Amino acid sequence: MGEVLVITSGKGGVGKTTTVANLGTGLAIEGKKVALIDADIGLRNLDVVMGLENRIVYDLVDVVEGRCRLKQALIRDKRFENLYLLPAAQTRDKNAVSPDQMKKLCEELKEEFDFVLVDCPAGIEQGFRNAIAGADRALIVTTPEVSAVRDADRIIGLLEAAELSNPRLIINRIRPEMVRRGDMMDIDDILEILAIELLGIIPDDERIIVSTNRGEPVVSAINGSMSAQAYRNISKRLLGQEVPMLNIYKNRTLLGKIKKIIGFGG
Amino acid sequence: MNLRALLNALTGRQDSKDVARERLRMVLVHDRATVSPEFLEKIKEEMISVISKYMEIDERHTVINLHHTDGTAVLEANLAIKSIRRAP
Repeated sequence: MGEVLVITSGKGGVGKTTTVANLGTGLAIEGKKVALIDADIGLRNLDVVMGLENRIVYDLVDVVEGRCRLKQALIRDKRFENLYLLPAAQTRDKNAVSPDQMKKLCEELKEEFDFVLVDCPAGIEQGFRNAIAGADRALIVTTPEVSAVRDADRIIGLLEAAELSNPRLIINRIRPEMVRRGDMMDIDDILEILAIELLGIIPDDERIIVSTNRGEPVVSAINGSMSAQAYRNISKRLLGQEVPMLNIYKNRTLLGKIKKIIGFGG
Repeated sequence: MNLRALLNALTGRQDSKDVARERLRMVLVHDRATVSPEFLEKIKEEMISVISKYMEIDERHTVINLHHTDGTAVLEANLAIKSIRRAP
């Protein structure tokens, strides 16, 4: 029996879809059988991030409305044969699926997969309620910005009300040099405010954009970047392995070391 | 305290991340304190049940409110006491 994880954030544009694509691929690399569900009906994106947009025949709404079997709608990944995507419908709205239907779908997928990752739409409306309906656990993605952290706080409250307690936090797009300058909130600042458990940190990385251009999640790159390493680490933590937090402040130059001593760098 | 923190203290300058943290803290105090009347009613009932062990409360003259001032939230409770129970 597998586990259903919903990846949510409240605010849009903080990296939910990228996180789902990379953690899904990361778990597949670890040998797990993984299904990704794009629950962002009307604004589907996980297919393009995964590079599977040309293979879609059926979607989530087709499954729910009985136009096809679940197996027919699942698209196998290009490179990992134990990784599948259930794409969102693009021409329907968020009311095309109900929380009960979503719950049933997740139950069915759990029978066959080790992990089911649900990409939640931004916002706190019906789409959010549908996406969390079948989840066993929630992961919250935020960035070190006032607006994103505020929305994360709101989502934590809503998840608790929906009895999805103890969500875990992923802080995305950290820029170490800005943290050093005192121009970006640090991990500790955010953890103190949100008071939830940290699952991982991901440094801001141009390679994410390059990999999205190609439709190949960065985590699968052979000579991995910092962000790839970060996603690998989080995937392992999801499997219960103890992996130390990524040191995003390494590669310090001599000048950097001097700056740290006098306090003009973290 | 490092040199940077010392300079900031002397010049009254604040790192932008500290500004962000403080603004966030204030906005969350407000967000989190936006509670429903049912929620307040529940707090009221539980408070009365706890305090009733020691004092007899006049429920009709008991008022609970949440106020916001300068980024802090204050829970104000006015409980009218009918009588104080004897200490055991």
